Amino acid sequence: MSAALPPAAAAPQGNGLTELLGGLLPDGLPFWALALTGAVVSFAIIFAFIAVLAMFATWLERKVAGHIQVRYGPMRTGAWHGWAQALADGVKLLIKEDLVLTSADKPLFKLAPMVVLSTALAAFVALPFGPNAIVADLDLGIYFIIAISSITTFGVIMAGWGSNNKWSLYGAMREAAQVASYEIPLGLSLMMPVMYFGSLSLNHAGAMQSGWYGMHWYVFSDAFWIAIPSFALFFTAALAETKRAPFDLPESESELVAGFHTEYSGIRFAFFFMEEYAAMYLMSAVGTALWFGAWNFPGLSLLEGTVLHAPLAVAAFVTKSLLLVFVMMWVRWTVPRIRIDQVMALGYKYLTPLCLLMILLAASWEWVKAIAFGA
Amino acid sequence: MAETVSFFFFAAITIGCALLALLHRNVVNSAFSLLGTLLGLAGFYVMLGADFLAMTQVLIYAGGILVLIIFGLMLTQPDTNERRMGRILAAVAVVGTGALAFWEKIGVATWNAVEVAELGEPGGTVREIGLEFLRRDSWLLPFEFASIVLLAGLVGSVYIARRRFREEEL
Repeated sequence: MSAALPPAAAAPQGNGLTELLGGLLPDGLPFWALALTGAVVSFAIIFAFIAVLAMFATWLERKVAGHIQVRYGPMRTGAWHGWAQALADGVKLLIKEDLVLTSADKPLFKLAPMVVLSTALAAFVALPFGPNAIVADLDLGIYFIIAISSITTFGVIMAGWGSNNKWSLYGAMREAAQVASYEIPLGLSLMMPVMYFGSLSLNHAGAMQSGWYGMHWYVFSDAFWIAIPSFALFFTAALAETKRAPFDLPESESELVAGFHTEYSGIRFAFFFMEEYAAMYLMSAVGTALWFGAWNFPGLSLLEGTVLHAPLAVAAFVTKSLLLVFVMMWVRWTVPRIRIDQVMALGYKYLTPLCLLMILLAASWEWVKAIAFGA
Repeated sequence: MAETVSFFFFAAITIGCALLALLHRNVVNSAFSLLGTLLGLAGFYVMLGADFLAMTQVLIYAGGILVLIIFGLMLTQPDTNERRMGRILAAVAVVGTGALAFWEKIGVATWNAVEVAELGEPGGTVREIGLEFLRRDSWLLPFEFASIVLLAGLVGSVYIARRRFREEEL
């Protein structure tokens, strides 16, 4: 059961949504029409998914916060446990006045929410929701997600500077320092599963975890003693990268009003909110795809070839990712915010060296396996 | 057709943002508009089939170096009403030197976006890069050596530039 370095040629190639659509569209269409249709359809799917996800996650966040603090959270909007609260909030944000300060740097102020949201949307392109249910199966999947999410910082700095507000600028500076620092342990912690799977493609990682009737996940593999600590490192870095408590210093409402989005209202504020939940889901989904078997669950392989296979796989992937999102919320309402110097010390003095140590261990384990099993 | 359209799309982004960076009087806004230039260049790399290079461009330049530039600008009271003449002269000097150095190449280039785009092969390059790294008598050792020299340079510059505290100040 040793996971030998698989030839990348075995990785599924060209199974993206555009190819799928190519089968549905009439023959003889020029390439650009096909590419454009693929882009529009994938954008619509991803945007709809993120919008619904953000609505569900705001409701869930308030319920989780409520129950952790021994209260109910929203109960009145809609009949059952305030389920329509997020819907009502969405309508409210849409019809609110769109305020732009006269003293703000208007182009930057208006561009910032778009940059932030579009980078979050773009990162979903490389995310597999099921076997081959992926917009673009890139060879560089994980690298692409890390690279694209690094531009989100840029949008936040744009918002902080463009607002012409001291709180916003402080939030933006903290964001720049924090995210630029935590990109290093985040990227390094992803190297352990990458070494195990021998590929940067998330689709390939998911396909490799389908053994043992769907239980050959990275955390249950022979390298579990590397997988579990490396997931802890990844999750900590991901919390900092998505600005979630205890690392929510760019927003920290008790010191900075609301940090970089203090001056935003209406739909622009909603864009920042959608980005936050999209980023949380994205990090959770990367964690699921690499450590927790992507779309695989026990018994899935028995359904191979039936109609149920794809929907159940997608449902398993989304459920597992949402469970990790729930853990992020749980952490937020349990752990108090830490100071900025503690944030920096944790990133540079603890997480980065630990990640390097884990990389050394993971590489040695692959080497030992190669010698012992000749794989 | 598609290649031509994408070529001119990325060219417009790259050159437009570069001009904006050059002509904007606020030095912070100049730095922000460099994002478009760097992303446009990443688009060209993708067109040429160098996907790993494109992602590295986005990660290192747009997500790292540009953030550091802006961070530095915000910490040092940026000049928000700079005069443009010096920058334009500097840009003319740089472009002129580059044009002189690569004059022959520019003369040979066909300026045909389609032919340029067909030079690269679509698909992954990361596998070749990885194999090249681990091959016997590859460029791995010189590469790692260069990165250690760079790291030593970084540590040295931090050591020289750091603020020295005397005992009583602490």
